[in-house]
Amino acid sequence: MATIIPIGPYHPLQEEPEFFQLHVEGEKVLKLDIQLGYNHRGIEKLAESKTYDQILFLVERICGICSTSHPMAGVNAIEDLGNIVVPERALYIRTVICELERIHSHLLWLGLAGHFLGYNTVWMWAWKAREAVCDMFEKISGNRQSYSMMKVGGVRRDIPKDDVPEYLAAMDALIPTMDMFKGAIMDDPVLHARLKGIGVLTKEDAISYGAVGPIARASGVDIDVRRDHPYAAYPRLDWKVIVCQNGDIFDKTVVRLLEIFESIKMVKQALKEMPDGSIDSNPKELPIGEGIGQAEAPRGEVFHYVRSDGTNRPTRYKVRAPSYMNVATNETTVVGETVSDAAIILAAVDPCYCCTERMAAIDRDTGKTILTAKDLLRLCREKTEKIAKQFRR
Amino acid sequence: MNKTELLSGIKSNLGNKVLHWHEKSPNRIYFDINPKDIVDVAKFFYNHKKARFNIASGVDTPKGIEILYHFTLDNVGIVFSVRALLVDKKKPEINSIASLFKGAIWIEREMWELLGVNFIGHPELKHLLLDDAWPKGQYPLRRDYKGDK
Repeated sequence: MATIIPIGPYHPLQEEPEFFQLHVEGEKVLKLDIQLGYNHRGIEKLAESKTYDQILFLVERICGICSTSHPMAGVNAIEDLGNIVVPERALYIRTVICELERIHSHLLWLGLAGHFLGYNTVWMWAWKAREAVCDMFEKISGNRQSYSMMKVGGVRRDIPKDDVPEYLAAMDALIPTMDMFKGAIMDDPVLHARLKGIGVLTKEDAISYGAVGPIARASGVDIDVRRDHPYAAYPRLDWKVIVCQNGDIFDKTVVRLLEIFESIKMVKQALKEMPDGSIDSNPKELPIGEGIGQAEAPRGEVFHYVRSDGTNRPTRYKVRAPSYMNVATNETTVVGETVSDAAIILAAVDPCYCCTERMAAIDRDTGKTILTAKDLLRLCREKTEKIAKQFRR
Repeated sequence: MNKTELLSGIKSNLGNKVLHWHEKSPNRIYFDINPKDIVDVAKFFYNHKKARFNIASGVDTPKGIEILYHFTLDNVGIVFSVRALLVDKKKPEINSIASLFKGAIWIEREMWELLGVNFIGHPELKHLLLDDAWPKGQYPLRRDYKGDK
């Protein structure tokens, strides 16, 4: 009996509304259809009617989680267009903001992944740890989200020297918490059994789909915009790119988890070594031409292309978010797996997928609901529980 | 191999397929090609140079519909933007590169619906972002698109 399980498209926690249709036979997933566009806001078209200063506020509203990734790629693109030089101090502040964002975004994902698997304690703890980062953002920028820090030629707000010890202490306090997570996740036999070898994205597929960020790095593709196309203060900092080889959910988790440690290291170093001086070069004009900006968002490379006719508004502004490349990989990773693994496989891409409440399995022939959202979440958790029991014996 | 040698190697490999070569900065190369050569050029970058396909940007210009295919060599940090100009705005067409790598499937669908470019040989040209009920012949990213005002 052929059955289609629709997942999505709307949920308040979802970053991008998407609609997945799982074609299943019994427990096994045969095919996945992805439909996008439920939240298409026409931002590229809208950008053509905005000035460059306004565009940065506009693109900051593309993503509700990693809100600074798009403005970061945006300033990179516009500065590439105008060959604008940015003061050193501003480059360091940009790095601090981007890395803090990676920490809070990865923690948010970690919490959600825990929630899906029935590890609600992980969810609560991860989000508690994330609070400290959001508090830092509030103190630096006035906002816990959408910080409006990026500006063509620099940043909008300075980080006062007097505040630095407090931020360093907050970062230090995060390390033992992250060590606890590392131990709890990487040494947990239940999670090994639940996540290893599940939802595998091969290296070949990662390259073919053009996957980026932790998804590519978990599949052995050693790419990171921060290292390969240096921007902000990354070339001046001491850090390493985390790469794993298996491409399964476990490796995707490990990449994100270890990246948090690297980010903490970078934030501390940038705060300590930040040079004095101006934070804005105040460029006044942009030439005719085009520019490309890349930035490594928590989910992978953000790509912006801008074309200028010399006025204060662009003639074309192209945006490519990392999930645009990564979500499509679900077409291969979910096939052949079981329905009880589907929720965590789709979530592992980190599209902030949380539409489990919208799941319902419907018999295609009769139109009758055979599994509700609760049932699917229960299935996912029961599998974890079942594996956990085996280990308890 | 340094960057200069790498670039001259790429230029000579592509030969007369390159109509105009522009090095905006050491890490940003733009060059024009004839639209009929796109599959060969994409094959060269993806298969031969092991470049990553970032995305493509479609632009409506007074001269025609421009498509920029962005390829990246991450090991040297260079972005190549391959420009193909489709002069016939009434019926812009170009060969699809979606059979070479899956990363091009969605963006070609997007340019098809937003700019009205027909990608010859695409496995499944259907709406990606817009609703299936979107009126035919209305392309939101075209200059002459007025919306429903």
